[in-house]
Amino acid sequence: MSAFVVTAVILGLAALGYHLGRGRARGLVSNGSGTARLHSLPGYHGGYVALWCALPAFGLLALWLALEPAALRYQTLSTLGDQVDGLAPERVELLYNDIRNLAAGTATSRAPDAGLKAAADSHARLEALLPWALLVVASLLAVAGLLYGRRRLTPAFRARNAVERSLRWILIASSTIAVLTTIGIVLSLLFEALRFFDKVPLAEFLFGLEWSPQTALRADQVGSSGSFGAVPIFAGTALISLIAMLVAVPVGLFSAIYLAEYAKRRVRDVVKPVLEILAGIPTVVYGFFAALTVAPQVRGFGEAVGLDVSSESALVAGVVMGIMIIPFVSSLSDDVITAVPRSLREGSYGLGATQSETIRQVVLPAALPGIVGSILLAVSRAIGETMIVVMAAGLAANLTANPFQAVTTVTVQIVTLLIGDQEFDSPKTLAAFALGLVLFAITLVLNIVALVIVRKYREEYD
Amino acid sequence: MTETTAPSRPAPRAKRSGRLARRYAAERRFRAYGIAAIALSITFLLLLFGSILNQAWSALQQTRIGLDIHFDAALLDPDGTRDPAILAKADYGALVKKAWRERFPEVRKRRDKRALRRLLSVGAPYELAAMASADPGLIGTTQRVWLTASDDVDMWLKGKLAEGGGKRAKIGAKALGWLTMLRDEGRLERQFNSAFFTAGDSREPELAGVWGAVAGSFFTLVVCLGLAFPFGVMTAVYLQEFAPRNRWTDLIEVNTNNLAAVPSIVFGLLGLAVLLNFAGLPRSAPLVGGIVLALMTLPTIIIAGRAALQAVPPSIREAALGVGASEMQVVLHHVLPLAMPGILTGTILGAARALGETAPLLMIGMVAFIVDIPADFTDPATALPVQIYLWADAPERAFAERTAAAILVLLGFLVCMNLAAVMLRRAFEQRW
Repeated sequence: MSAFVVTAVILGLAALGYHLGRGRARGLVSNGSGTARLHSLPGYHGGYVALWCALPAFGLLALWLALEPAALRYQTLSTLGDQVDGLAPERVELLYNDIRNLAAGTATSRAPDAGLKAAADSHARLEALLPWALLVVASLLAVAGLLYGRRRLTPAFRARNAVERSLRWILIASSTIAVLTTIGIVLSLLFEALRFFDKVPLAEFLFGLEWSPQTALRADQVGSSGSFGAVPIFAGTALISLIAMLVAVPVGLFSAIYLAEYAKRRVRDVVKPVLEILAGIPTVVYGFFAALTVAPQVRGFGEAVGLDVSSESALVAGVVMGIMIIPFVSSLSDDVITAVPRSLREGSYGLGATQSETIRQVVLPAALPGIVGSILLAVSRAIGETMIVVMAAGLAANLTANPFQAVTTVTVQIVTLLIGDQEFDSPKTLAAFALGLVLFAITLVLNIVALVIVRKYREEYD
Repeated sequence: MTETTAPSRPAPRAKRSGRLARRYAAERRFRAYGIAAIALSITFLLLLFGSILNQAWSALQQTRIGLDIHFDAALLDPDGTRDPAILAKADYGALVKKAWRERFPEVRKRRDKRALRRLLSVGAPYELAAMASADPGLIGTTQRVWLTASDDVDMWLKGKLAEGGGKRAKIGAKALGWLTMLRDEGRLERQFNSAFFTAGDSREPELAGVWGAVAGSFFTLVVCLGLAFPFGVMTAVYLQEFAPRNRWTDLIEVNTNNLAAVPSIVFGLLGLAVLLNFAGLPRSAPLVGGIVLALMTLPTIIIAGRAALQAVPPSIREAALGVGASEMQVVLHHVLPLAMPGILTGTILGAARALGETAPLLMIGMVAFIVDIPADFTDPATALPVQIYLWADAPERAFAERTAAAILVLLGFLVCMNLAAVMLRRAFEQRW
């Protein structure tokens, strides 16, 4: 919370700096010649002062927030003296947690002795003091920046150039965030996955046929060997995605063909947004629909005709996911079909083909790369989709191709492995990151291939 | 003389028209497939909305039981001080027990008494406490008070509980008898379910509400937009207006497009590994949820922002440059304001997607059972879609209708946001 207060104070000081800088710039030329003698408009002088006021202070704030926990920990543990030396890292962690809990007045895992109490007291004092220290130091820095910036103002000072240069650097910095996000994703997945592959060999993970991530808490527990063969999960993901595509591709493609080639403008203007509603509905809603409405119906129907349908069958999850994906296929395909040049169609009509023959034999082959691209994007969407399968598909990793049985998917496993409190370095938790890495890699490849295909296709007719 | 069977000779007329008929039939079939596909999609949509509406409407009402409660001054406030602290601590359960005893004096066995008390929600004494605190004048009087019934009674009155006998029945035969009596006396009523819109989560369906989740979603969305909008706009401005065409900017562009298609759960893993475990931010907090969703929304805003900036014609830039504006002034004073409606439209659509997103929030612990309504960015909270997920998993029958109603609330917000985007586009759409 203190970060919000400090941010507000810095912003307030920056506003004051803007005001002072602008006033100072006007004051510099108050002897009647007007602002024409200034190189930059007074507002830029204000902006210059505000930047000097805010940027260093925000830098300090960021640095402080990054370092504060470590510094607090170091200081507190050093009050314990040699008590900490020679302890295993997780012991130290436990000790530090106890001190923090003691300082916060909540339950601890051991009876506090005098040394611990003293440490907790100093921890609590420091913790109460630090926000104030931050506030004071940050404000001082902001004021110092303000005064420095203000002193540099002269009529000839090129405030506009300075402000614009800083602005440009701020823009450049913000444009790296997207790249940093990708790097963060890759590094965090890779790092945790490597820790997982330390414990479980890569070959077992990729080719093993049994998945039961329940690791034993005690050595003598039965049935919890913790095997991490991910093939059943990949197979389940593939099965559900296949069912989804069997629904989405025909329906989406025929909708796109009809809308692009046959429909009147007015019909198209109504139907297209309506179809896109399907993509805008949150996936948790589809999950609810699949689990509580469709699944019981399908199960009842299966019983009526004598089929053994699991209540978490791959069929239900796949079909409902297919419904969700229809607009992804239809709107992208629609775009590529519309982009096929008129001359191709007219050539075909001129040879006497009917409209459907033209579409099947001329338009679709011409649009095929784009359609393939849109289908690949839809597949990547299906593989990464989480909530529908979490709510409607099963948890048991069955290796089966029977759509009436329950299968599990990569995303379901990630969610079940990570929900709730777990120790962070058990193979069970780390397995989720390995699965996440696989998921990220597959969807990335699918997306890149799809984008390349679509782009190439666009260039062909442009 | 030899018979020439020229392959190019036209077929007899009757045969030809037969083939033409087949071709036309194929044409009609093809067209019908298209119409069928669209009809199928729209049917799916209607089924989805229909089934949710059908389940949701009954959650707007909650069964209440009217009991004659005597607010006994001797029990609640023996000293007559009307001190709120004393009033809050008094035993309101005893009032309810007494009211039941007066209404059904014939019920004597302890098991039956307990069954009788179970007709009311466990929250009923708290409702009395709230009433007494709000209006101390009630003390000493006898009032007909409408108290929330338990979820089983609610389901029974709504006809959603199978009236089966046997030991597994939710409501026993005796209780059914009492309920029928109460109903015939007009003491069993379905009233507007205000708790659903004002309460936080609860283990008891009749006390559970969406307000906590709405507040959590609100804080999350504020953080998400507060980060994603400025950074998204700045990135779009840089890439579209200033960046030189080189490898680095190509990389940023490809990367942005890919990031837009990364599965949302992967962002959750990022949040878990970096924000929670590395940076040590609090679990279950809207702050962390907002940051994760901001990273997810950022590519959407960048792409929309670039499209909007690109749509501003070069003549505007040239005119501004011509009268002496600097490059930065051209962008900040002219191009950006003209592109703002388009950017805002894209931002609202991105925010709507973020509002409906569940999976990344599961990863960072926003699935906890949280009763209190969050008041802050670091309070533990859930979000509306996560609440839907949690309730959909709950075994009680009464949670199903509440889940559907929560979905309606969520869809309501989404519809409003999308309408706002459409109206924005309509109002500021410019053709150059």
